[in-house]
Amino acid sequence: MAKEIAAAEATESDLTIPRDRVSRLHLKEALLPAHAGRPHEGSLDGTATPAAYRRKTSPALPTMSEFEVVRHFTRLSRMNFGIDQGMYPLGSCTMKYNPKFAEVVAAFEGFTRLHPYQDPSTTQGAMALMWELEKQLCRVVGMDSVTLQPPAGAAGEFTGLLIARKFHEANGEGETRDEVIIPDTAHGTNPATAGMCGYKVVEVPSTEEGTVDLEALQAAVGPRTAAIMLTNPSTLGIFESEIKEVARIVHSAGALLYYDGANLNAIMGRARPGDMGFDIVHINLHKTFATPHGGGGPGAGPVGVRSRLEQFLPTPRVVRQDGEGGASFVWQEVGESSIGKVHGFHGNFGMLVRAYAYILRFGGEGLRAISDTAVMNSNWLKRRLKGMFDEPHRDLRKHEFVVSASNVKKSRGIRTLDIAKRLLDHGVHAPTVYFPMVVDEALMIEPTESEPLDEMERFAQAMESVLADDPEVVRTAPHTMPVGRLDEAWAARQLVLTWQDARARIDELAPETDEA
Amino acid sequence: MSVDTSAEARSRPATATDPAASIASLIPNLRHRGRMLRDLGLASVDALFEDVPADVRIDGLDLPGPIDERGVVDHLAKLAGENRFPKTGGGGMPVFLGAGVKERYIPATVRSLVLRSEFYTSYTPYQPEISQGMLQALFEFQSIACELTGLDVANVSQYDWATALGEAALMAARANKGQRFLVPEAMTPEKRSVLENYVAGPRLKVEEIPFDRKTGTLDMAAFEAALGPDVVGAYIETPNLFGLWETEAHRVKGMLDDHDSGLLVVGADPLSLALAEGPGQYGADIVVGELGGFGVPMSFGGPLVGLLATTKKLVRKMPGRIVGLTHDDQGRHGFTLTLQAREQHIRRDRAMSNICTNQTLAAVAATIHLSQLGGEGLTRLALENEANAAELRSRLAEVPGVRPAFDGACFEEFTLAFDRPYAQVHGGLLSHDVHGGYDISGRFKGLDSAAVFATTEMHQEADYARLVAALKEVQA
Repeated sequence: MAKEIAAAEATESDLTIPRDRVSRLHLKEALLPAHAGRPHEGSLDGTATPAAYRRKTSPALPTMSEFEVVRHFTRLSRMNFGIDQGMYPLGSCTMKYNPKFAEVVAAFEGFTRLHPYQDPSTTQGAMALMWELEKQLCRVVGMDSVTLQPPAGAAGEFTGLLIARKFHEANGEGETRDEVIIPDTAHGTNPATAGMCGYKVVEVPSTEEGTVDLEALQAAVGPRTAAIMLTNPSTLGIFESEIKEVARIVHSAGALLYYDGANLNAIMGRARPGDMGFDIVHINLHKTFATPHGGGGPGAGPVGVRSRLEQFLPTPRVVRQDGEGGASFVWQEVGESSIGKVHGFHGNFGMLVRAYAYILRFGGEGLRAISDTAVMNSNWLKRRLKGMFDEPHRDLRKHEFVVSASNVKKSRGIRTLDIAKRLLDHGVHAPTVYFPMVVDEALMIEPTESEPLDEMERFAQAMESVLADDPEVVRTAPHTMPVGRLDEAWAARQLVLTWQDARARIDELAPETDEA
Repeated sequence: MSVDTSAEARSRPATATDPAASIASLIPNLRHRGRMLRDLGLASVDALFEDVPADVRIDGLDLPGPIDERGVVDHLAKLAGENRFPKTGGGGMPVFLGAGVKERYIPATVRSLVLRSEFYTSYTPYQPEISQGMLQALFEFQSIACELTGLDVANVSQYDWATALGEAALMAARANKGQRFLVPEAMTPEKRSVLENYVAGPRLKVEEIPFDRKTGTLDMAAFEAALGPDVVGAYIETPNLFGLWETEAHRVKGMLDDHDSGLLVVGADPLSLALAEGPGQYGADIVVGELGGFGVPMSFGGPLVGLLATTKKLVRKMPGRIVGLTHDDQGRHGFTLTLQAREQHIRRDRAMSNICTNQTLAAVAATIHLSQLGGEGLTRLALENEANAAELRSRLAEVPGVRPAFDGACFEEFTLAFDRPYAQVHGGLLSHDVHGGYDISGRFKGLDSAAVFATTEMHQEADYARLVAALKEVQA
């Protein structure tokens, strides 16, 4: 996907919408709510805003009735697709069902109306929840302490590497350990995080088996290594059976082992990163613990650490005090070694509430059943798709698997991108495409434990249909969506990023035609 | 490992009487397990984990449950009830805190629209054809952000104001040579700490500009003295931490240019931008702020909606997702994520940021909220809140031992100084079931006992009366 998008945005393209194909009026009309509202005149007298930069009129946001707003966004929602509508087998995303009780509890006034700076004596319930969630997460991943502050997985990675740096600084090696090792199958946020922290990324290749190449790792690790970032199972859905050896190699070199929790859904109740030798773990609550993806957030990325790293955690932490009247909770500054803060307040508390409720609901037994079923579903689906694609790497997977559509490209001239688009016409969201980058024409499929057998069967049939379809139809798909394939190069060239800009440039973007 | 999830920690609802049945509904294929394992030619689920080495394998998790849905909801309701907060319908504890996020009245439409499953259970719109709804809503969010900030482009959100500021500093480091980034001394330590973490990578040095002890606004002479070509940018807030308008904000960009000091980053409460021009109009290169409160409740600090907007010139140095207008091969207009080459999934270690999941749904909620308010509604709201804040400040200043710390004009927040330790006042107010402002005592020389009070449309006259009465008693 990376190459596809970069290529798409870089190609030359007409700078205007083709004359013979669009109604100018149509484009103009489409820019609702761009066309409404007059700026408020006059009575900004009486405001004490400095005259030098006081507005003369209201912001030019349209004034619409409540009903118009409701119609507008309702119509927009009908041009969108969520997991409640159909399968989203996106590998690495864990698009599982979002249970509705989580929304009920997250909306309790006693949570929503709390200001983060309130006196702790007034927020005991919220703090109790955070304290218990920390303990629950420690149990799931086998860590000694957890911070709930990072508001997303990538933020968790950032937190983890800041902790690693502080640890090495405390050992007088802050400057010398300036490298982070990352496998070639890693999710983009891993190297991006390392780059943000000022680390140099050292990439290690995977074996033909799809696991970390231990020899290459041994060669790459050394006194310059701050940490290695891994996920287990890997992004190929393969469990790194040699993980303890990986840990030994890394720890011998004085480096830390970081676990990207994106694939935690595969192993709950069966294995814990703490037992594998990981020192720092981040957890994606919006993946494993079913907080809704929301079209791209909000999420939450708590980070767990071994006790020797506890002193570096973000500040402050919820601490429990036991007294005569029972337990109470206070905020405690972590201390001088803390990395400080990674969020302005306590993190995405509203998502913590949802995850906490989810963990309570399922309990240890339920979480294990989740992982067991996620892995069973994935292997079942892989077997069901047998013969359709090239299947690099070993047979046994965990919760997700990667296949290559290279064979389809050769035999039918259709690519992974085309397959993804044609699947949309079948009421299924495409799997993850072109990731990991080590697999050509990759399709990464993760059904999760939520997907009923019938739906997986339907997905397989949709896939069969696409592969048997007229290649030209597939190459020009989708055909039943509100729009066809979009001109990404045009978007990147024209950079129309607001309705104000679109309106100002309408003549240039969509010239008058005879039909207009 | 001393982990305590025992029942004594909190009264815990009972485990479901039939645990298997309790979760069967949430894991559909449990009832097909036998058949599916047969299809796989496996004797048991254990075989699916045979590649997990024995010395790493565990036999389940030590966590209570499953618990029936009803038990979970009851338990959470109990926890929610153990907090003190202003209750809908009156009563409860009014709270006068701001300092980075404030409570707003969120219209009913927001929740009903944003909880449509097509929105909230969707994924990132990487396949734009099936995600036009979300993409257009985000395009509208960007448009609103630009209208308020007076800038050209905005991304679809940062986590919050503090992290938006962090990213803005990184943009300044990208756009200019130098190692110094200037910020006001009067800034919350939380924002400052987040900023320090963000700039650690490029090793920027964060330096403070003091405020004028008399006016509470930036000491412009000290500011000017700190400028130079090794400054990559400067951050100011208006209204500032004390709630005061920075009367010289419009001059700052000129000062930076005169001294070759990089980018101007302005932090502003978005509602204040209904009265003040978007800082882009007076030279800001980047605007950051907090749109949380609009569309999404404060929720103990998150999820919020970090605002980050900038000029077209800087768009390629901006982090985060950006939605652009385009068309398909039939000439129908559409929207798509654009300039993705800046982002982590393409650029990896050289990406503008590692940000992936952001605050998308919360941004859509804010968009719906602001769409309903409209420009005129926003102005009316801002004017009303400003007037109420001024009135509340006057009333509180009449209480013996209480006076405004500064005389200048403020928006929704103001700073009061006290004749006794504010911690005492705070405790006294709490005993009257009122929560006062943000304690800044001892942080700045000359402000030994002071707190920043905030008021919004969520306060009613009864809340003001309670605060005034309680403060009178405490100060008596």
